[in-house]
Amino acid sequence: MYALPTLIPLIPEFMLGLGAMALLMLGVYRGEPGGRTVDVVAILLLIAAGIALMMLPPGKLTTFGGSFVVDDFARFLKILALIGSAAAIAMSLDYAQKERQHRFEYSVLILLSTLGMLMLISAADLIALYLGLELMSLPLYVVAASYRDSLRATEAGLKYFVLGALSSGMLLYGASLVYGFTGTVSFAGIAQAAGHATGAAQTGLIFGIVFLFAGFCFKVSAVPFHMWTPDVYEGAPTPVTAFFAAAPKVAGIAMFVRVAVSAFPSVATQWQQIVVFVSIASMALGSFAAIGQRNIKRLMAYSSIGHMGFALIGLAAGSAEGVQGVLVYIAIYVTMTLGVFAVILSMRRSTGMVENVDQLAGLARTHPAMAFFMAVLLFSMAGIPPLAGFFAKYFVFTAAIKAGFYILAVIGVVTSVVGAYYYLIIIKTMYFDEPAGVFVETPYELSAVLVICGLFNILFIVHPGPLIGAASAAAHSLF
Amino acid sequence: MTSWPILSVVVFLPLVGALFIGLCLNEDEAGKRNARWAALWTTLITFAISLLLVWRFDPSNPDFQFTEKHPWLDGAINYAMGVDGISLPLVILTTAILPISILASWTAIQNRVREYMIAFLVLEVLMVGTFCALDLVLFYLFFEGGLIPMFLIIGVWGGPRRVYASFKFFLYTLLGSVLMLLAIMAMYWDAGTTDIPTLLHHAFPRNLQTWAWFAFLASFAVKMPMWPVHTWLPDAHVEAPTAGSVILAAILLKLGGYGFLRFSLPMFPEASQHLAPLIYALSVIAIIYTSLVALMQEDMKKLIAYSSVAHMGFVTMGIFAMTAQGVAGGIFQMISHGIVSAALFLSVGVVYDRMHTREIAAYGGLVNRMPVYAFVFMVFTLANVGLPGTSGFIGEFLTLIGTFRINTWVATLATIGTILSAAYGLWLYRKIIFGKLEKPSLFNIKDLGWREMTIFAPLIALTILLGVYPKPVLDFTSASVTQMIDNYHHALSAAQAADKTAALAR
Repeated sequence: MYALPTLIPLIPEFMLGLGAMALLMLGVYRGEPGGRTVDVVAILLLIAAGIALMMLPPGKLTTFGGSFVVDDFARFLKILALIGSAAAIAMSLDYAQKERQHRFEYSVLILLSTLGMLMLISAADLIALYLGLELMSLPLYVVAASYRDSLRATEAGLKYFVLGALSSGMLLYGASLVYGFTGTVSFAGIAQAAGHATGAAQTGLIFGIVFLFAGFCFKVSAVPFHMWTPDVYEGAPTPVTAFFAAAPKVAGIAMFVRVAVSAFPSVATQWQQIVVFVSIASMALGSFAAIGQRNIKRLMAYSSIGHMGFALIGLAAGSAEGVQGVLVYIAIYVTMTLGVFAVILSMRRSTGMVENVDQLAGLARTHPAMAFFMAVLLFSMAGIPPLAGFFAKYFVFTAAIKAGFYILAVIGVVTSVVGAYYYLIIIKTMYFDEPAGVFVETPYELSAVLVICGLFNILFIVHPGPLIGAASAAAHSLF
Repeated sequence: MTSWPILSVVVFLPLVGALFIGLCLNEDEAGKRNARWAALWTTLITFAISLLLVWRFDPSNPDFQFTEKHPWLDGAINYAMGVDGISLPLVILTTAILPISILASWTAIQNRVREYMIAFLVLEVLMVGTFCALDLVLFYLFFEGGLIPMFLIIGVWGGPRRVYASFKFFLYTLLGSVLMLLAIMAMYWDAGTTDIPTLLHHAFPRNLQTWAWFAFLASFAVKMPMWPVHTWLPDAHVEAPTAGSVILAAILLKLGGYGFLRFSLPMFPEASQHLAPLIYALSVIAIIYTSLVALMQEDMKKLIAYSSVAHMGFVTMGIFAMTAQGVAGGIFQMISHGIVSAALFLSVGVVYDRMHTREIAAYGGLVNRMPVYAFVFMVFTLANVGLPGTSGFIGEFLTLIGTFRINTWVATLATIGTILSAAYGLWLYRKIIFGKLEKPSLFNIKDLGWREMTIFAPLIALTILLGVYPKPVLDFTSASVTQMIDNYHHALSAAQAADKTAALAR
């Protein structure tokens, strides 16, 4: 007898999906002036979806024949993705108005992309994974190019689309290879079949893994699939960049970790080599290439490449501690990135937006509070204690040391010192240099994001228990 | 015994002052004045409370006292605080130097006074916390966190090459410390805890000992600083504002020595034993080479900075000798150098505030216009040289005796360093103080004011008191030092016995 799958685990996804369609209707029928309502309702929807997610029954929920799973891992990352998306919409409000680029579709597209992220985070087979991935990516291509009169933005959107399509193709090819050599698409089934695979079947499987991981690396912008990141970060409108830097990274890391850990535990030594290489290359490139950058968005692109390298150290360890480290890292990364982008979005002179690091000169005199929180976030990104960023690095490196990846850990800390250099340059510009003019008044939603992220990074040390405990529970739900 | 967490209060009280200054005061003339007074009172009250520690401390007990422990991070890592005879003198040194450095910046700092005072108070929290932490991760947190305020102090209020100096300071120290962090993690996985009292009795495998010893060396050698990684220090000292130099010389440099005493020696006894010759070599080079470099300096602060490196060489030499005199002398030398070098930098600050140059050639004959200053500067120069009757003598003498028993050559070569230190010290004094007052710019220079005398009086008193009667400090440290040395030799003989059994079994 055929039974309808239970839909309870999908409530947050339904809320976003139906809400996005309703808002699209609202926007179309009320026209452009209705935009502000759409934005506000979209933020509320994201918050409501988060609450609904927390109200779901505890434990591991599965549906659709096991291809959609809600466990502690999914809950942790979904909350993060929702926070990232909500903050991104909030941070775009003032920008869109001042640049006269306000369109209601922007929020709707972000809602749909977020829906894709939630699907992706919960995916437990390759087909669900691909569906989620495409649903997440397609709106991203559109929003990257959403300011269609801007040459830079259209170029960024096109570049992102072409390379994204290529990476999706690789991922799909890898998935088909994996399916071909294991005979199943579900992660649990693949794990079982891979455990028995020998000889040619194992070789084929590893080929599949390589292609799959290439696709993942593209999504989290890890070296050697990072080339799109600086161009897209720089070209896309700044609020879109802020969005790109936070929520999709969360979803990308989620899929990377879940596939690696739950589908291929028996070939861990093989994929660990890939992850170790990717991690080292990302950290090195992120640190060294950022030094010469003067455009702060481009600099943040390299910084995010480096951060993904650090987060992947935890995955390379391949243990529960390592995954816990990845989760703590990505959570703290989201707060740091959102805070920094709140400052970048505040870099508006009366003549328009500015994007050069030198424009921050003397910020400590002209806008002391903004400079203070920015400095906190940058020190945190550099991993200086007692700020939260230190703990992010602490947990991934601890896991790497336990797993015996000493060389990886040493390279990691050395690149983090190199990385500290360019964060220090920004701090130097803000604190040591003479003021270079003032910015227009910061809209309150940007101040709010900045203050919340800054305080989170300062006060994390006082009560780190909840986040670390949640990450630990989430990591153990995979093992 | 104690009903309130006295150590935590000492550590975090300055933070309250910093918050008050940051949130309640404005950046106008009144705000500047209030920020100075608020910072001064906060540091004075902290100092007063830290004296309670001295009063209640039991010098016959070699273990940690005033301990506090609360679960903090992930179960295995606790918020643990405590002091013993090794750390308590350094805590008191820190809380005592802070009010002095605030006073020293009273008129010298005129812009961004609030931020300046906040940076100093936060720095005090982190430095005192480093000496009190009884958990490795907590220690690292305080140790490394100190980089942020010091970076800003050098970079914002420093001299013309402040950007270069602050970056060099930050990156050098960070690179050393991150390697130590990895060693801390490896120790955590080996011992299952980061609790320092437990780790002091944990026998680490020999392989890990060696690697961890080098990783800790990377951090502490930079901090100390030891030759050849000392090059950040002269730059940082020259560019930092006077009070920044004082803190650097008096306290931040002591973190390295404290780290060796607290971690390297007791936790990695075998590695320390094997690698002690390396430390001796680096120490002797530091003592002789940097003394020679000091002879060539044209900048007063740079000269004193190089002399600091030389004096820290005595500390590393003494503590790695691992004799009662050597270790006690090393600790004493740290305290003494904390007082004397702070005072020397303050003395440079006095003339710099008046003339805005630190070039030795720009001065001469100051004794004619500034007799009180000449006296003050003489006391500290002689203490720096190590004249008997000053605190500098006790430290150098004890470290030399302690080392002489272990390695005669090292002690002999180090003694040459004391001669060189007399050479550059007296040369500096003659150039600045004696001679005819010929430079027209110096004709109107004024002698010490009341504020400056208040700063120097306690320092002179301490220098001479500790030189004549060093017993208080030595009594405080002796029980802990004895226990540490006993444990060290015990661990070494246990390791040798294990080696013999293994050899026999084969």
